[in-house]
Amino acid sequence: MISEEQVRHVANLARLGLKDEEVARMGEQLGAILESIDKIGELDLEGVPPTANPLNLTNVLRPDEPREELPREEALAPAPEPVDGLFAVPRID
Amino acid sequence: MAELLALTAHELAVKVESGEVSAREAAEVANARVEEVEEDVNAFVTVTPEIALERASKVDARDGDRKLWEGVPLVVKDVLSTRGVRTTCGSKMLEDFVPLYDASALRNFGEDLIMVGKANMDEFAMGSSTENSAYGVTRNPWDLARVPGGSSGGSAAAVAAGEGWWALGTDTGGSVRQPAALCGIVGLKPTYGRVSRYGLIAFASSLDQVGPMTRDVRDSALLLQAIAGHDPRDSTSANVQVPDYLSELEDGVSGLRVGVVTELVNGEGIEPGVREVTERIAQGLEDAGAEVGEASLPHSEYALPAYYIIAPAEVSSNLARFDGVRYGLRVPAGGVHEMYRETREAGFGDEAKRRIMLGTYALSSGYYDAYYAQAQKVRTRIIEDFRSAFSRYDVLLSPTSPTVAFGIGAKVDDPLAMYYQDVCSIPANLAGIPAISVPGGLSEVLPVGVQLMSDHFTEPMLLRAARAIEQAADFRFALKP
Repeated sequence: MISEEQVRHVANLARLGLKDEEVARMGEQLGAILESIDKIGELDLEGVPPTANPLNLTNVLRPDEPREELPREEALAPAPEPVDGLFAVPRID
Repeated sequence: MAELLALTAHELAVKVESGEVSAREAAEVANARVEEVEEDVNAFVTVTPEIALERASKVDARDGDRKLWEGVPLVVKDVLSTRGVRTTCGSKMLEDFVPLYDASALRNFGEDLIMVGKANMDEFAMGSSTENSAYGVTRNPWDLARVPGGSSGGSAAAVAAGEGWWALGTDTGGSVRQPAALCGIVGLKPTYGRVSRYGLIAFASSLDQVGPMTRDVRDSALLLQAIAGHDPRDSTSANVQVPDYLSELEDGVSGLRVGVVTELVNGEGIEPGVREVTERIAQGLEDAGAEVGEASLPHSEYALPAYYIIAPAEVSSNLARFDGVRYGLRVPAGGVHEMYRETREAGFGDEAKRRIMLGTYALSSGYYDAYYAQAQKVRTRIIEDFRSAFSRYDVLLSPTSPTVAFGIGAKVDDPLAMYYQDVCSIPANLAGIPAISVPGGLSEVLPVGVQLMSDHFTEPMLLRAARAIEQAADFRFALKP
């Protein structure tokens, strides 16, 4: 069980709106899922290296050369509110 | 129509190549079949009959200058970007999103991809039943009261119902293999990096892979041939030569070392009917000349919990891009933070919200080491398990899914029961190895898939072994419903 306060804190970190009735249910469900996940704590993995990529690729680089990109108008086509060739957003609060 | 519908994709491709059948005729047949069964099955979010016909005519006009796979209409999971055709990812967030380019996985079909439509899926590919779609549930063609599996449930149902001859799905924890198993078709998750992820809307980037969903193993090999390859636009795509996936398909399994994974066959929660089919297939491979023994993946019980940290952690990062700024839904609000919160509240469904919350929690200050860092180390252990198993065996055998197709609504309120569907498929994603689900037979009246796994980039051997399973299995593809 995750407390309502914790749920609200995490939802705020994720910029995710939750209705009051969703908060309690989310706390219960996350609690149950985390309880089943806690199993991995049983393993002593001191000194085991972590895996982030299964092929162990590191630092794949390409030459930093200009290439053709989408025209600005096209890139803005899917935007909810394009203004003067830019993405418009509400006041930054 | 019935004649063409009875063909595999490869058989149809050969007929189109020889001129016996036109690509346009094939597109007409696919469109007619969609008309006939889609109301019952609901495999698609968007159907594209005019695009299929128009492009098929162009393919016909390019006679002599085309690849074998180009003449066969394809179903595309709605997570892959398609230029000019809306791509929803099963989410309200992208209800009106029209991509500006095609996913790289489609590039070998060129400009004229004959597309039947965009297949339904669990929202952002999170789920095992396709019930988490904002566009209605897809029904399993074998029994319309049951789920097709997920998240690529629309792709699987479309192929099983003959709404197109083959489909692309994506697999992060089993999303190609489990629906393939539940719908009685073949589903392949290639080696991580084998197929470009560029233009694939990201779920968990260290696990996601595009894969073929087909009537049989030969079709799977041909569609893999079409989508595999290095792509400079995806820095995780592998710069490894693409072999000929069809050439050794019929070479048989004489002398091939097959390890039956004890933990995955005998695990609690594996239905007896599923276990029986898996054991029968192991026997069938032995009869075909393979050396069959017992294999162990000692850390497999930790794969599911590790996955449910790593995948949601990546989700919490990847889905941050849906913020109402550059594309997709925006709920207008007075300030930018309120706009973010309200847009994400309205645009995401329950499962997407759960995973974003879970991932954000696991990565948050004070919990990182206990969850995310520990899960990444578990991942290393699982890779070591596979390395050890592959020192003794060429391929590993297990069930694909612990159960046959379950009833619509049976698991929607129990996330943990739903997550358990992927208990046998997740280890391959964590290790990045290829794995394929092949129909092994029936449990009572529903199909059971068996899974084969092999080492990185050994798809030719994996497909050869899968072909032998197909020959040993008491199962033949037949259109449903």
